[in-house]
Formats: sequence, structure tokens, C-alpha cells
Amino acid sequence: MKNAPSIEEQKEIHYKMVLTRRLEETLGDLVKAGKTRGPLHRCDGQEAVGVAACAALTIKDYACTTHRGHHVYIGKGMDPRRIIAEIMGRETGYCKGRGGHMLLGDVSTGMLGGNAIVGAGIPAATGMAMSIQLLKQDRVAMAVFGDGAAQTGICHESMNIAGLWKLPVIFLLENNQYGLTVRQEVQSPIPDLYTRAAGYGMPGEVVDGNDAVAVYRVVAKAAERARRGEGPTLIEAKTYRMAGFSTSDMGGYQTEEEMKPWLKRDPIKLSAAVLAKLIGKDEITEIDKAATEEMKQAFEVALADPLPKFEIHAPSSAYSEATQ
Amino acid sequence: MTMMRYAEALNAALREEMQRDPAVFMFGEDIGRYGGVFKVSKGLMDEFGEERIRDTPISEQSMTAMAVSAAMTGTRPILEIMFADFMPLTLDALVNQASVFSYLWEDQVEIPFVLRTQGGGGAGTGAQHAKTLDALVAHVPGIKVVAPVTPADAKGLLKSAIRDSQPVVILEHKLLYNMRGEVPDGVDELVPIGKAKIVKPGNDITILATSKMVLEAEAAAKQLEKDGIDAEVIDLRSLRPLDIGAIKTSVAKTNHAVVVNEGWTFGGYSAELSATIMDHCFDDLDAPVERVAMPDMAVPYSEPLELAVLPNAEKIAAAARRALV
Ligand SMILES: Cc1ncc(C[n+]2csc(CCOP(=O)(O)OP(=O)(O)O)c2C)c(N)n1
Ligand SMILES: [Mg+2]
Repeated sequence: MKNAPSIEEQKEIHYKMVLTRRLEETLGDLVKAGKTRGPLHRCDGQEAVGVAACAALTIKDYACTTHRGHHVYIGKGMDPRRIIAEIMGRETGYCKGRGGHMLLGDVSTGMLGGNAIVGAGIPAATGMAMSIQLLKQDRVAMAVFGDGAAQTGICHESMNIAGLWKLPVIFLLENNQYGLTVRQEVQSPIPDLYTRAAGYGMPGEVVDGNDAVAVYRVVAKAAERARRGEGPTLIEAKTYRMAGFSTSDMGGYQTEEEMKPWLKRDPIKLSAAVLAKLIGKDEITEIDKAATEEMKQAFEVALADPLPKFEIHAPSSAYSEATQ
Repeated sequence: MTMMRYAEALNAALREEMQRDPAVFMFGEDIGRYGGVFKVSKGLMDEFGEERIRDTPISEQSMTAMAVSAAMTGTRPILEIMFADFMPLTLDALVNQASVFSYLWEDQVEIPFVLRTQGGGGAGTGAQHAKTLDALVAHVPGIKVVAPVTPADAKGLLKSAIRDSQPVVILEHKLLYNMRGEVPDGVDELVPIGKAKIVKPGNDITILATSKMVLEAEAAAKQLEKDGIDAEVIDLRSLRPLDIGAIKTSVAKTNHAVVVNEGWTFGGYSAELSATIMDHCFDDLDAPVERVAMPDMAVPYSEPLELAVLPNAEKIAAAARRALV
């Protein structure tokens, strides 16, 4: 049973969390400078959930995420330069600029989709688990989704089917307290969403989503269970959305008072404190520096990349002669 | 008359109708405390309380079906679906519930239900937040579909929709919310559903357009004027029922037609319009109907790609010139 990260893994998790934070911050600067297009959903404060969960999986395992999935992109090992290029609509982006920041997909790292339809990643991962089960593969699928997504009809349907058929899927509910502007208690009569697992015949776990090691452990345990053929697990990671819903959010509903304790429990600060005991402060400073530098260079390269040229998507064509 | 933005005109319609009739209520995501992501319901929760202006969980499928049955049982629900791209989640309630029972149980129930949503591209929102999908709902019998362009029509059509005894889908456009215009005062100033509007009279060619494409068609008409082409631009306003009389009168005069719609081309609303012209105006036509619509593909994100797929004034003017050669 391997359900705690090694020191090397912890270092890598920390590195990727810093990478993600720099990505978000730099995007924030570009938004202010008017250099981006459309809304952006930052995951500041939630890095531990996406990054540590992906660290507990292998590159062969599938992950589905949401409109707020930058930490999963980085966690799954996608290339920062190509992530940025996609967000900036460049030809070199993961989808050649067609997708934008919410809709990246990369088969080579098993990151099968950001998704901007709330809840859509839940049946997507469940279907991938069905395929894994049929093909008898040594793989698991993970859906990372929000507390808002947990209220959709397809969430219920997917969890019921996954429990029923013992599918190798991990439902990682990232409870950041808000669905868009609406607080979690306005969306659900219960504060602890993981308790719903009982109704689907699967274990329900709750974890501090700002504690990377704890997230890693609980996801590793769920992955082992799935690989043993015992079926799905619902994990609720309690965390907090530090940078608002999106860049078009007019804000005003997340009070400073509410935010304060969460800012103190910033997952990167927590991870640094834990790691410092193991490797010392200096090495952490080095990790921070290296990640900051990698992201800076990724932005430089991506921003110099060209915009794409338009082509009709032939397979979507309505007339057969056009696709011949 | 009062000068106001499109979003404000919708807000005024909601406020006036809720004051007029206590059975009217609205629900949807982020519409309450926050006032809606496009601010259409701003201030309404303070005025009408949390029961009549309800923030909901993200549950479009249930909410639409609930609106249909609530409408059958004495209330007049207004449901906001944040993006038209989420309409597929509402479809069972429209296709298999609302449209069926209004016919089968005709004399026993009315379904005074309004579904408000907004669609359209041009804002860099990506493939799942930029579609039009008007054809999906206009396809369903028993459901009315309107798409106002001006603040005055937004207010007048929404009021008509709320007072209608049938389900009405009102399709707004994300790039119209900040547009300003004069809006007539008066609680009973309605715009009838099913009436098109000539926004620019002309003799040489008829341009039929829906939603924001009306603005593109007006711009195209200005370009065509420079070439000595006198286009008539018609804002259909109501996609269903369709104002067939207005179309017939115009095409009988101009003998040429271009249809413009931001939805997909194949099986799209532009296909319905051009078939309608064929059905009703064939003998008046001197040239085939030209269609300007979205290519059949996902809406891309990157600016040069998104601009390439959207119908615009240049494409409309070019289509008009093709029809007139
Ligand atoms: C089906 C659907 N309904 C509504 C929306 C609009 N919307 C986008 S994100 C969001 C809130 C999602 O909340 P949650 O699942 O908690 O994710 P978070 O933003 O907190 O990461 C909403 C309502 C959508 N994209 N898709
Ligand atoms: Mg949330």
C-alpha cells in the first residue's frame, strides 16, 4: 500500500502548486492589462486539490476537470507553455486556440477535459471508468468537480451507476464554498456533501483540501480501491476560492472577514511549512524560484507565439461532398 | 419614452409584471442576491423577497420541468437559463412535457411559463458559451420563441411573454445588454408576439434577420446603399409564430431575399426561413434565397477564428450582391 507521498513527490507537488499560482497571478496581470479575451476562472487557493490528487494517480489514469481546472492541467503534467498558448488563443496551444482556457484536452497525459458545462465532467469520468472496466485496464478515472456541480441531475445519475457497477472512478468534489455567486448553503440543505456517498453504496471521505499531503493520501486510497475492482469513492475536499468566480465577477459577496482564515491557510504556505521540516527552508526557496522562472519563460515563449488561421472543420460539414 | 439599456428594459418589464400579478415569480442561477450575471434581475430580490426571486442550485433540467408544472397549477414562472448553450438540459421539459400536455389537456391547463436565456458569439466565451440554438426550441410545436433586438422590444416582448398563456422562450443576446434605446412608458405598453418589424424599408432585396444579426443586416444595408442597392431589412422579432404576412409583402416587392441567423446552417433557423420563403413566395423570387449563418462547427475561442465563423455585415452584403447578379 502506497498512500503517502515520498519526499520527492512532495517536492514535485509543491513545485507544481507554485507553478499553478504563478500561472494564475500572471493571467490576472494580463487581464488587468486588457490582454486576454473572455472570462478566466482562477484556482488560487485550490492548488492542493488538483495538483496533489493528480500526483496520486499515474499518467495513464484519466482526469476530467471543470471551467476552473488549471491545477489539474499542471497536476497531470501538461506543458505550461502550451497551456498558456491555448489560454491566449495561439496556434501552439493544446487546442490550437480553438478551445480557450476552459476546454483543454490532452490524451498524452490523460487529461480528458476541462469542461464549461457544469457537471459534465462527472458522467465523462464515469464513462471512462466503464471503458476501463470493459477493457480490463489498470487505470482509474477521476472527476474533479465543484460543490455547484454536485447539485446537478447528472451527478446523481453518474454516482448511482458508478456505485451499482463498481466502476473504477474517483469523484473528487472540490468544495470551494461557492457555485458562482451563490453560497453552498443556498444550494444544498446539507453542509457535508460527502455524506451522500452512503446513498450510492460507496465510501465517502472528507479531507482538508488545502493540505496537499492529506489530499494525496485520500486520493491514493481511493485509486487503490478502484484498481482492486471495489468501485468508486466520493471525496469532498474542503477548500476556498481565493480569487473570485471569474475575471468578469463583479464581486462584493466574498467578505474579507470570511476570506481571512482561508488566506492564512493558503495551501502553498501550508505545504511549505510541512516541507520545511523535511528539507529545510533553503530548498523550498529554490523550488519557488525555479517554478517562478519556468512559468515566466513559458509566458515569454507563449506570448510570442502566432495566432491561428481559420479553417473550416471538415468533419463537421453538413454535406458529404465537402468532406471528400 | 425613457432612454435605457436593454438589460434595464428587461428589468423594468420584470418589475412591472411582478407588481401587477402576484402569481409571477422568477427563479434561476445567481439571479437573486447578485442580480443575475447580466444584471437583468438587479434589485428585484430586495423588492419582491426570496420566494418570488429565487436563487437556485445548478439544476436546469429539474427547474425547467418544475416551471412547466408550476405554470399548470396557478403560477406564472419565469426561468432564467444563464446561457442558451445550456438549453439542451431544458429540452425534455419543453419537448416531452410542455408541448405535449398543452395539446392533450387543452381545456384543462394553461402553461404560462417564460424561459429567458441569452446566446450568441463575439465575446470570446468559447464553444460551450457562444451558441445560438434558436432552432432547437423553435422546432418544438406549442412553444413561442421571441428574440428582441432593441430595448423597447425587449421590454414589450417580455411583458407579452409573461402575460401569454403558452410557454414562451425569450432569446436575448449577450452583446445587446448594454445597448441603449428609447423605451415607451406605461405598464401596458406591449409588443405583440408574432409581428415582425421593418427596420429599414427598401425596394431591391429583402434581408430577414434575427436577434443581433438585425444590427449586422442594417450595417450591410448601409454598405449596399453605396452600390445603389436599396435593401429592406426586417427584424423578425418573433421566430415562432413567424410573421409570414410581413415576409410575403416584402418579397413580393423586392423579388429577392437574404436570410440571416447566427445559428448553425444545416437544419438551422435560416433553413426554416428559406424553406418558408420557398413555400410562400416562390413565384415572386427572381433568384434563389441566399443564406448567411454560422458554419456547421463548434464556435472557436481565439479571436481570429471566432470572427471568421460569425455572420457579419460584409458577409450579408456579399450575399445580397450574389442574389442580385
Ligand atoms: C449546466 C451549466 N449551468 C450553469 C453554468 C454557469 N456556471 C458556470 S460555473 C458555475 C458555478 C459552478 O460552481 P461549482 O461547481 O461549485 O464550481 P466553481 O466555480 O466553484 O469551481 C455556473 C453556475 C454552466 N456553465 N453550466
Ligand atoms: Mg464551487
